[in-house]
Amino acid sequence: MAEHFDVIIVGAGMAGNAASYTLAKAGLNVLQIERGEYPGSKNVQGAILYANAVEQIIPGFRDDAPLERHVIEQRMWMLDDRSYVGSHFRSENFNEEKPNRYTIIRAQFDKWFNRQARDAGAMVICETTVLDLIRNDAGKVVGVRCDREGGEVYAEVVILCDGVNALVGQRSGIRSEISPEHAALAVKEMHFLPREVINERFNVRDDEGVVIEALGTVTSGMLGTGFLYTNGESISLGIGCIVSDFVETKIGPAKLLERFKAHPSIAPLIRGSEVKEYAAHLIPEGGYNAVPQLYGAGWLICGDAAHFLNAAHREGSNLALTSGRLAAETIIALKSEGKAMTEANLALYRQKLEESFVLKDLKKYKDLPHTLWRNKQFVTTYPELMAKAAENFFRVDGVDKLTKEKDIVRSFRKARGVLGLVGDAVKVARAWR
Amino acid sequence: MAMSDKIEEKLYQNRYRVDEGCPHVRIDASKVPSEQLKAMVDICPAGCYVEGENGKVEVVPDGCMECGTCRIVCQETGELEWAYPRGGYGILFKFG
Ligand SMILES: Cc1cc2nc3c(=O)[nH]c(=O)nc-3n(C[C@H](O)[C@H](O)[C@H](O)COP(=O)(O)OP(=O)(O)OC[C@H]3O[C@@H](n4cnc5c(N)ncnc54)[C@H](O)[C@@H]3O)c2cc1C
Ligand code: SF4
Repeated sequence: MAEHFDVIIVGAGMAGNAASYTLAKAGLNVLQIERGEYPGSKNVQGAILYANAVEQIIPGFRDDAPLERHVIEQRMWMLDDRSYVGSHFRSENFNEEKPNRYTIIRAQFDKWFNRQARDAGAMVICETTVLDLIRNDAGKVVGVRCDREGGEVYAEVVILCDGVNALVGQRSGIRSEISPEHAALAVKEMHFLPREVINERFNVRDDEGVVIEALGTVTSGMLGTGFLYTNGESISLGIGCIVSDFVETKIGPAKLLERFKAHPSIAPLIRGSEVKEYAAHLIPEGGYNAVPQLYGAGWLICGDAAHFLNAAHREGSNLALTSGRLAAETIIALKSEGKAMTEANLALYRQKLEESFVLKDLKKYKDLPHTLWRNKQFVTTYPELMAKAAENFFRVDGVDKLTKEKDIVRSFRKARGVLGLVGDAVKVARAWR
Repeated sequence: MAMSDKIEEKLYQNRYRVDEGCPHVRIDASKVPSEQLKAMVDICPAGCYVEGENGKVEVVPDGCMECGTCRIVCQETGELEWAYPRGGYGILFKFG
């Protein structure tokens, strides 16, 4: 493998495939290296795919990409142990010609996406783990070392798209380790059911999908959420919480998932299903303050490895896709102007990110992860109070409505105190601003 | 049913290519197990960690899903040697 490439890309997830496809299509000589048996075999996601980010790369992707259902209904549930209160938003507008959001299965989508990059001319090597970066005497990155015999390959620039653990960047000293407060551990199962059963249970037609996000006692006091997404013939079901909270409570994630599945509002939706896979993965949730240095002499970093994830909106794949594309466009621009891959020139990547929704959104919510982590009542006490309040309100039992309202106000006050309530409102408002 | 049995049942659905004799997670047995390492007995999603009778923690990473949780939890204690399995080995998600 002594060949010299224009660009080496580490990883064939969302970011890596976006970069690889964009560069190959522009005629650059690209080598992409993936440790899995095939692209997607190591990857886990919910998974909601945001069409716009893919469209920017492959406008006609809907014609043959493996998509499960387009999302027409979003439910946000707050659970206590026996009930839920929440909202459902469903719109016929989401049955548009080019739907906005889809559910996908990563192992299939990544394989398809990587095939597009290959067809565009990228060279892809799987079953190969990149160990670290190779630098020249001046400290510029000039290639990567792989776990194969003679596995040193060279390029003008390396793009790191190796996901949340970001081992290559860490071991090469270009980024620091992710901390347990800045990562969520999620576990997920795939529940198979016939298409008609899913259609009936979720009140949808073929190809229409429903997503549920759940907060509350299901996370046992930890900062986290549960989710349920409908695919064509399966349901993705999972739950995730901040790693440092798991360490503190010592509650196993598998146990948490079992409890979530057994919740009276979830159990009927998956009844009779056949489970075919159990997966676990980290999610980088530290937000803007956890974003590392993004470029240097001969290297760029994208996606989860760059901590590009908007936890407030549960978006990650679109930030990965967009940063991968912008990294590629940076390199294409420099190449066409005959410029070298120096740190100063690659700063263009950061500029492109600043102008895009990626850094704008992360900046907007920069205090939110920290605020929520320090104030778990937002995801624990409040959902429980809401559920209790709703039950009190809807139960007809001879108590007059004014007394019921007073009881509800009192229960909130008792749980948080008036100052606590006001303070909480201010905190969220500030972090959300 | 014990929790670990439950996890084992879950892992049974998964596809793995185990790199025999080449575990990708190792514990430095010379150290007294830290609180962080002990926590992994409860929170590893694949139940790879067990506490032995002598209070030592052991790891059998055959069912490991390569999430990296133990790696970041124990990063400061220096007890773990953690790497991705060799290319092509380890967990192979059919769906992900
Ligand atoms: C449970 C869960 C639910 C989620 N739900 C959503 C959702 O609904 N919507 C959404 O937008 N986002 C969601 N996300 C986030 C989203 O999955 C990520 O943000 C996105 O996958 C990041 O893409 P990436 O390319 O940066 O990393 P990844 O997709 O993780 O890809 C990294 C790739 O690099 C490879 N690799 C790693 N190290 C090496 C190495 N040393 N050598 C060679 N190859 C290597 C890996 O095998 C992998 O293929 C979710 C995440 C999780 C875990
Ligand atoms: S990487 Fe994850 S699954 Fe593997 S041993 Fe560590 S915590 Fe368990």
